[in-house]
Amino acid sequence: MEYSGAAILMECLKTEDVEVIFGYPGGSIIELFDEMSRHGDVLKPFLVRHEQGAVHAADGYARASGKPGVCIFTSGPGATNAVTGIATAHSDSIPLVVITGQVPTPLIGNDAFQEVDIVGITRPCTKHNYLVKDVKNLAGIVRQAFHLAQSGRPGPVLIDLPKDIILGKTEFVRPGEVRMRSYNPNYKPNLVQLRRAAELLLRAERPLFLIGGGVIGSDASSVVTDIALRLDIPVVSTLMGLGGFPGTHRLWCGMLGMHGVYTANRAVTEADVLLAVGTRFADRITGKLSAFAKQARIVHIDIDPTSIRKNVNVDVPVVADCRESVLGLSELLPAGPTDENLLKARAEWLKRLDRYKAEHPLGYAQNGEIKPQRVIELLDRLTRGKDKVIVTTDVGQHQMWTAQFFKFTRPRTFLSSGGLGTMGFGLPAAMGAQIARPDDLVICIAGDGSIQMNIQELASVVAAGLPVKVIILNNRFLGMVRQWQELFMKRNYVCTDLEGCEPDFVKLAEAYGATGLLVEDDAGLEEALQKVLDTPGPVVADVRVRREENVYPMVPAGKSLAEMII
Amino acid sequence: MRYVLSVLVDNEPGVLSRVAGLFSGRGFNIESLNVAPTLEPGVSHMTIATSGDAQIIEQIIKQLRKLVTVIKVVDFQELAAVEREMMLIKVQADDSRRGEVLRIADIFRCKVVDVSLVDLTLEATGDHEKIGAIINLLNRFGIKELTRTGTMAMKRSMQHD
Repeated sequence: MEYSGAAILMECLKTEDVEVIFGYPGGSIIELFDEMSRHGDVLKPFLVRHEQGAVHAADGYARASGKPGVCIFTSGPGATNAVTGIATAHSDSIPLVVITGQVPTPLIGNDAFQEVDIVGITRPCTKHNYLVKDVKNLAGIVRQAFHLAQSGRPGPVLIDLPKDIILGKTEFVRPGEVRMRSYNPNYKPNLVQLRRAAELLLRAERPLFLIGGGVIGSDASSVVTDIALRLDIPVVSTLMGLGGFPGTHRLWCGMLGMHGVYTANRAVTEADVLLAVGTRFADRITGKLSAFAKQARIVHIDIDPTSIRKNVNVDVPVVADCRESVLGLSELLPAGPTDENLLKARAEWLKRLDRYKAEHPLGYAQNGEIKPQRVIELLDRLTRGKDKVIVTTDVGQHQMWTAQFFKFTRPRTFLSSGGLGTMGFGLPAAMGAQIARPDDLVICIAGDGSIQMNIQELASVVAAGLPVKVIILNNRFLGMVRQWQELFMKRNYVCTDLEGCEPDFVKLAEAYGATGLLVEDDAGLEEALQKVLDTPGPVVADVRVRREENVYPMVPAGKSLAEMII
Repeated sequence: MRYVLSVLVDNEPGVLSRVAGLFSGRGFNIESLNVAPTLEPGVSHMTIATSGDAQIIEQIIKQLRKLVTVIKVVDFQELAAVEREMMLIKVQADDSRRGEVLRIADIFRCKVVDVSLVDLTLEATGDHEKIGAIINLLNRFGIKELTRTGTMAMKRSMQHD
């Protein structure tokens, strides 16, 4: 029996265990949506209000569940609106399959209505992309796209589907296993390198784990945690690695980097062996490269060979899957060192880090106004014990305070745009996460600036009845840029002061059909936040925080991690 | 430092753009790039001449290998290889200079492929250095036009250690 391209696509999506599709209909894919409605028992469409929101939602779904996110858009503006979302997922190695409509094949290149070369536009921000030119190839391409998105270093894959391919008919042959001679990511670690890594760790006086997003993505956090606990190795993390190690444990030293905590930045500067797992040593965590981890022999585990020696020279490179590698390492390290002197040195090291924690804890002064840091601290305390909490953020000061003050204890519970730094990520990502984890408490922490970048998705949240709690840390500023203007531009607050020109977020929430709550009293902050969490359905809390609060510690751009402003 | 890379690719419509985009997007240099089909259907061969320090070349090679359509990358820096380039060069050569230009052409074993009252067009082949030497020598006569294929390379069968 012959199937249309649309029907073949739906069959393929079902084969890949897709359950949710985020999308927005349009001319070139109207038949695709029509076909999708006939598979409603398995494939649930989720309508957004802007394509960028759909990609972030699919991204949040993928981060929370570990499954690839899927979205479908129309050609032209539908496709270009998705680009920021795709680039966000690409930066953070999140598996997505993005399907875009395209004008019919004979019209391609004619500047037809809603035609854009989306394959050309997304080439640098996808892991791979396809323009389907023959409906006979469609099933094979979809299979490859899912394989590419999830394997190796994951990432977004785009499939551009011309309208005549969607309508065209062919025999449907279910594709088999993917075989590509040009793509064979290496999962198994090299044993020689692993032995060298184990050797270094055993001889180290000041060992340190540095975990990144790869630990979350490859489900390696339980193994990393096991090794760290067994051998008493302290742990620091990148933004993307938060949740990969319990933030409540004594060995936890916090996030490092530009807004990293004091202990983490000292630890990486003073360690003699650094075991970096699933990180690409981005500029936001290294500070000045020539001064980064100068005292350390560095072991670097990553599945992407280009991550190795791109920024930081390493002593032991391991190009393999993070989970497989730390499992291998764990077998080679049945027990820690036994040498008395070494044990003494290691105990000293932990004591030194404890001292740093005690001397320079994260803190803030209270002055009667609501401090944004306290909001995060309280949210952490109020949700502790309720074991299923997912926090998403936008980008800026509130994101850094969340990373610093919320103690993430499990992987896939902190969802944030790390690499690209996309404002407007939090709310749609929270929708996706809530769909993936319907029983979890999903909190979106946003700034008053960034929430407005995708605030239209409140409509999608309300329509789908998702009980997402949005906490806006409202300082009437584009706070992070304002902080830089304060520190480096003599308080010349150009285009960052939003006072007097912002919407009433409470009324706005109500207009969308959500509950809006105003929080402006520091004394009653805890009760107010508890009320936000206890109110059923979608809630937007407008929390009026101190306006000119800064994020510290801060390593100014171009400085070494040891040169923190604290 | 100059490097020559041999790159085997899946011959899909976007492949040249993927490779060129990788170089431009990451700020790598391309001195020359040529591409043509191989005997195997669906597979093309590119030779890319580029420059950079060892760390940059390592990144270029790794980034190329990461492209899903790239099958194989060989760095000729580590191998004995035959390297050739072809050039067509149109040189001013009236009666008074034709003899001298032809002598130089003869020394470098160039072919005369077109001639007029005022100029000569030569076909030259050789490695990067030889082509450079020919251009240098002919420059003083006045070069009217010049086109080059860019470097092509092939591994030698016998490799010394």
